[in-house]
Amino acid sequence: MNKTMTGAKMVVEALRDQGVDTVFGYPGGAVLPIYDEIFQQNHIRHILVRHEQGAVHAAEGYARATGKPGVALVTSGPGATNAVTGLTDALMDSIPIVVLTGQVPTFMIGSDAFQEADTVGITRPCTKHNWLVKETDTLSATLHEAFHVATSGRPGPVLVDIPKDVQFATGNYTEKKLRKSHYQPQLKGDIDAITELAKAMETAKRPIFYTGGGVINTGPAGSQLLRELVEATGFPITSTLMGLGAYPASGDKWLGMLGMHGLYEANMAMHDCDLMINIGARFDDRITGRLDAFSPKSVKAHIDIDASSINKVIRVDIPILGDVAHVLEDLLKVWKSRGRKTNAEAVSKWWDKIRTWQAVDCLKYKPSSTVIKPQYALERLEALTKDHDRYICTEVGQHQMWAAQFLGFEDPNRWMTSGGLGTMGYGFPASIGVQMGHPDALVINVAGEASWLMNMQELGTAMQFNLPVKQFILNNERLGMVRQWQELLHGERYSHSWSDALPDFVKLAEAFGAKGIQCKDPADLDDAIMEMINHPGPVLFDCLVEKHENCFPMIPSGKAHNEMLLGEASTKGAIDAGGAVMV
Amino acid sequence: MAPLKIKKGSSSHSAYNLRDPNAEVVERHTLAVVVENEPGVLARVIGLFSGRGYNIESLTVAEVDHTGHRSRITIVTVGTPHIIEQIQAQLGRIIPVHEVHDLTVEGSSVERELGLFKVAGTGEKRVEALRLADIFRANVVDSTLENFVFEITGTPEKIDAFAELMRPLGLQEVARTGVAALSRGSKTQA
Ligand SMILES: Cc1cc2nc3c(=O)[nH]c(=O)nc-3n(C[C@H](O)[C@H](O)[C@H](O)COP(=O)(O)OP(=O)(O)OC[C@H]3O[C@@H](n4cnc5c(N)ncnc54)[C@H](O)[C@@H]3O)c2cc1C
Ligand SMILES: Cc1ncc(C[n+]2csc(CCOP(=O)(O)OP(=O)(O)O)c2C)c(N)n1
Repeated sequence: MNKTMTGAKMVVEALRDQGVDTVFGYPGGAVLPIYDEIFQQNHIRHILVRHEQGAVHAAEGYARATGKPGVALVTSGPGATNAVTGLTDALMDSIPIVVLTGQVPTFMIGSDAFQEADTVGITRPCTKHNWLVKETDTLSATLHEAFHVATSGRPGPVLVDIPKDVQFATGNYTEKKLRKSHYQPQLKGDIDAITELAKAMETAKRPIFYTGGGVINTGPAGSQLLRELVEATGFPITSTLMGLGAYPASGDKWLGMLGMHGLYEANMAMHDCDLMINIGARFDDRITGRLDAFSPKSVKAHIDIDASSINKVIRVDIPILGDVAHVLEDLLKVWKSRGRKTNAEAVSKWWDKIRTWQAVDCLKYKPSSTVIKPQYALERLEALTKDHDRYICTEVGQHQMWAAQFLGFEDPNRWMTSGGLGTMGYGFPASIGVQMGHPDALVINVAGEASWLMNMQELGTAMQFNLPVKQFILNNERLGMVRQWQELLHGERYSHSWSDALPDFVKLAEAFGAKGIQCKDPADLDDAIMEMINHPGPVLFDCLVEKHENCFPMIPSGKAHNEMLLGEASTKGAIDAGGAVMV
Repeated sequence: MAPLKIKKGSSSHSAYNLRDPNAEVVERHTLAVVVENEPGVLARVIGLFSGRGYNIESLTVAEVDHTGHRSRITIVTVGTPHIIEQIQAQLGRIIPVHEVHDLTVEGSSVERELGLFKVAGTGEKRVEALRLADIFRANVVDSTLENFVFEITGTPEKIDAFAELMRPLGLQEVARTGVAALSRGSKTQA
């Protein structure tokens, strides 16, 4: 069947064909024909953001929380350049999003036309792939390919740049099912390598699962298989920031997050293990610390769908190229068929050792009855919200790390944070995207006041679309993470790391018609959190916390896992010049 | 060199696993990259090299299959074995890249480059230039009373050598294509 229609109509048709129900966007001259089509239909809901960066982060939040690709629509020139941070963020964190940009008409490209920017040129390094569509006849097939590329293999952001004349012109629509793509990443892992890993699991004395965002990317089935594998083997498991929730925080094999601000027991176990099973994590520098001291005694296996992740930073002994869910399924089969063996006696001794590390209680902090400690605020938030159908976003900074440490995630896709790029301003728009995907859920953005201000304009979006997102701001009136580094690395010279001239957050909320709550007394905290939860609309919660709290544990840059700082006492002279050059 | 453990099921299944991956030695490798001939594909490849700090010693590109829209990019690069392996994997991620071959490790290959040399001179020097061109099997593709344009093909080393000899004889301008390479024997890449 041959359907002809305008390019603008094709965009809407292709989105429908792809099962898209929500688009985050902002109009402008170069996308007006598409907006005209959006106006004339009821299948796709358009969420008008207040800044294009917000549209892209909202699409990211939506994608992470629903497992479906997120979609953003922006105009040419400034609309497209405003999307760049979000695209880079999604590329670093492997988030599947499709960004559609308007472009000046084909016959004006290259003439420095009004709001012209070389969008595919600018976004080439920050997308998984991008396209400039020059003919209406190829538009729909390109859009379908865009969704395919964004969601297959290692997911990531894609961008389709659509000149205005292509939107106006008429062409043939290609249906999704007629699309052919040569891009078909390998999903099944090599069975010999999988068998080798199964054998290593049978004899390992000090094994550990080190899991990451790839387990979330692979979908809920991957988390299910992971849980089965962990329970069946009894091996301890830790995860990166990006993989939280794949294995439940309440599970008894859970060691907590690892890495720079990860838990002592997780890092010590990584350092001392004899078999490290990396499942969908990428040996990020927040994890490895000093490379030559990284887990020196272990055999390392790595399951990853991207060949460039394997052996990029750390040489591994058993590389397995494939999709997490596919590989775990085969691994379980092979391991079971070989008799479900583990070195139970040695593993039980390993657990004894791990328990001594757990006993250190690395997250302990000095409580206070006069001022709210940020850790305490998160403990209370956890206690009062964990039984809800809850989704957590964060901004970037100390609060983000405390959230990772003190909140428990029982399921995948419940935790949205900017890990790889560390984008302040991510969390608020992301929470809007999450709420769109889960209208009845409790969506909380754990924020720092400085990060939150970076995309605060989205309060307008939350109000307009009745999205009851809760903005839980741990307000230390400092760029806390920066201040911490200056304290530890730059002789306590606090250069420009405080938040001056802060707004009155309660009044700010009210100015938008939202609810504002301020809390500064630990004694009032529970009631205030309950008030936030029970309010049916968006809430801006200004939680005034201790201003100079540092986030521990911490592996200083350039140090090994077993050289972790546990608290204030151990920080003096801990970071040397070599470490100071690293970020 | 440390003894090598050869593991099955490697991500690349390539001969890299026969070499010490941690060796710090810098090697020269010739890569053949078969790509979809679409706008921007060369920019993607070059952007990858500049963005990740890899070296390009030579790069050539042309469409090699009109009906199949395939172009072949030949890249000569230098790096440690680890870097070369990363380059290959990173190239493989580019969506319009169909195949990546490291001709240096996949058996022997032939490499050729074409150079054009404009040499000006009269008298003895002019005669000597012609004589050397003959030895190098360079062709005269343009001549006036004052100068020649020589065309020479061969390995990059041969062309380097020819350039060295022409310099004192009045070399004015050089244009080189960069390396094109194919594996020897019956093996094909695309
Ligand atoms: C202030 C700050 C502090 C931080 N501190 C820490 C810290 O202490 N600890 C920590 O862990 N992180 C920390 N991070 C985050 C860190 O920077 C990285 O983002 C994170 O560690 C990377 O997680 P990951 O290894 O799981 O990889 P991701 O970025 O999630 O990458 C996923 C990997 O899985 C692969 N993959 C994707 N899909 C699949 C699939 N279907 N099948 C197989 N493989 C797949 C990908 O190819 C990739 O290699 C911090 C970030 C910030 C901003
Ligand atoms: C867009 C951007 N600019 C700068 C930084 C560097 N940076 C990292 S954390 C941080 C401070 C964040 O302060 P706040 O949001 O108040 O959180 P806190 O650390 O105090 O919890 C800064 C400036 C960043 N990550 N992102």
